[in-house]
Amino acid sequence: MQRRLRFTMLVFALGAIMMLGACKKKVAPPPPPPPPPPAAPTASLTANPNTVEKGQSTTLTWQTSNATDASIDGIGAVQPNGSQSVTPADSTTYTLTAKGAGGTQQATARVTVTSPAPPTQPSATEEELFSQTVKDIYFDYDKSDLNADQQSSMQGDVEFLKQHPNIAFTVEGHCDERGSTEYNLALGDSRANSVRNALVQGGITADHVKTISYGKEKPFCTESNEQCWQQNRRGHFVYQK
Amino acid sequence: MMRFLKLFLPLVLLTSGFAQDWIKTGTGLGVEKVRLAVPDFSAAGQDPKNAELLKVFNETLWNDLENAGIFDMVSKSFYPLGQVGTPADVKFESWSAAPPSAAMLAFGNLGASGNGMTVQGWLYDVKNVTSPQVLGKQYQDAATTDAARTTAHKFADEIIFRLGGGVAGIAESKIYFVSNRSGHKEVWAMDYDGANQHAVTHLNSISLSPRVSTDGSRVAFSSLTKSGWEILMYSLDLSRLVTFPRFGGTNLSPAWSSDGTKLAFSSSRSGDPEIYVVDSSGANLKRITSFKGPDVSPAWNRKTGAQIAWVSGRTGLPQVYTMEADGTNAQRLTDQGYAVSPAWSPNGQFLVVSWMRKYGPGAPGAQDIYIMDIASKQWVQLTHDGGRNDFPYWSPDNRHIIFQSSRAGSLQIWTMLADGTNQKQLTFAGSNTQPNWSWK
Repeated sequence: MQRRLRFTMLVFALGAIMMLGACKKKVAPPPPPPPPPPAAPTASLTANPNTVEKGQSTTLTWQTSNATDASIDGIGAVQPNGSQSVTPADSTTYTLTAKGAGGTQQATARVTVTSPAPPTQPSATEEELFSQTVKDIYFDYDKSDLNADQQSSMQGDVEFLKQHPNIAFTVEGHCDERGSTEYNLALGDSRANSVRNALVQGGITADHVKTISYGKEKPFCTESNEQCWQQNRRGHFVYQK
Repeated sequence: MMRFLKLFLPLVLLTSGFAQDWIKTGTGLGVEKVRLAVPDFSAAGQDPKNAELLKVFNETLWNDLENAGIFDMVSKSFYPLGQVGTPADVKFESWSAAPPSAAMLAFGNLGASGNGMTVQGWLYDVKNVTSPQVLGKQYQDAATTDAARTTAHKFADEIIFRLGGGVAGIAESKIYFVSNRSGHKEVWAMDYDGANQHAVTHLNSISLSPRVSTDGSRVAFSSLTKSGWEILMYSLDLSRLVTFPRFGGTNLSPAWSSDGTKLAFSSSRSGDPEIYVVDSSGANLKRITSFKGPDVSPAWNRKTGAQIAWVSGRTGLPQVYTMEADGTNAQRLTDQGYAVSPAWSPNGQFLVVSWMRKYGPGAPGAQDIYIMDIASKQWVQLTHDGGRNDFPYWSPDNRHIIFQSSRAGSLQIWTMLADGTNQKQLTFAGSNTQPNWSWK
């Protein structure tokens, strides 16, 4: 039985081989299918943050696919995927170019560089205003009462200081070089207090007015003449930061 | 005596009511000047340090006796030849006769040995041949120039005490003052003759008006602190600031009462500079003036402690006033100009003040030191050499006045006798002001 089966299969196989050979000769083969077109590269580029102050850095992050090479303007060739820190001097548009068999793809990211914000704390402005507006009060020789010709300065000082109640300041009493150290310190104290009293009468809180006497210890001017002495006989307003 | 009379006599003639006895008892200079010879001390032994120590000792002793103002120092060119190191060397006749014509002879010897130094000194009345010794002293100290200087001061003070009517000498006294040599105005100290100048405080601020306590243990002064001008207290024993209350306002010009229990000073804590009195502990603050205008620079009557002189601007330009220590009976002493910085003499009779008598446009008066008799209100000008002269203060012996002057171009500290003679500059570096003499 087995011998018979083997024989049958052999015959069949031979027959099939013969038939196949006959077919090849008779039928034209179909054209080979075209190779699939290469995939187009992709590229993406981001900058985080995309706005920096001058001098600060930002991080560029990019991804590409299907690219044989990738480059970023201004940086050069880069890995297909990566990130890098950059510190542009000015606002810059970064362009990532990904090239591959499937073409070229670009992506851009814009980094805006801002100038550092000017120090705009309100105190600086107030300080400038203070020095522009507030006028020192000048005194006659050996006098600590306010002279009539100083009234307009005094009024201006009162107005400004009322409008800016948050400004802290000190009134310094100064004297010219003549006379004794001790008497001049007492006189300088009286001058500072005269200014203080005028401010308080003008409506400024007494606790808000600090005074100090320098006598003749810190002159503005060191020559020995009346012009210089007059410069030194004053109630000097000093802005307190 | 004669010089003093010459100075004051014209005033006596010009002004009635000028008490004669003031001239005699005056500043203690009314004793006859003793003619004193002081040959250089000789070396005892062969120690190589002797020469240097003797140089310092002899210079210091001579200066102290000359500065005392009560001696007619016999010029060394008149001295007989030969060393006078011991009593056996004294040839009485050669000193008492002309040309030296000395009444007194101070002599002795100094010898170093190892780290020690021995000084023997005598004072002889050379006209009393049988019993000449007035004083014989022996001192032992370290063999250093500082010790030689100190020993000379001690011996000088012994001589001055014996021959100066029983008034202690000042050679061991100290001067406190303000110097800007470090770049900041600090309290400094020096010996009375200008030696040994050194900083006391190191506060890097502005420190003014030092006043040493009567026992010499503390210095009160005014300093610019974070809270303004306050009276600070420095312990010379502890070498540091010690607690004293902060009073607020501008606090200036402390002054010790002569018993050491109180301080007077100026404070604007009420809004106007007024004179206050407080215990030396800082307790019991009491205001004693109340006039508008600056009141500053109090000075106690050093004899009685019962009055205070001070400076007030209540009538305009500052003037010197006196009052009782409780603030009553205010009297104006100066009649015109610009008068500041009163200092009361130890004997209670005089004030010295700094005064520009003629002041104002067209009258560029000098600022000079004046001595004033309180009872009669008569005054005598003591400085005439130009510059601004201020902050006079008395020596403990009532015979000397220390002050600041700009006459040499910068502010420096000078001394003089209380009659205005013998003016000497003590400081030279930086600017030096507001001298204050220790109480002994």
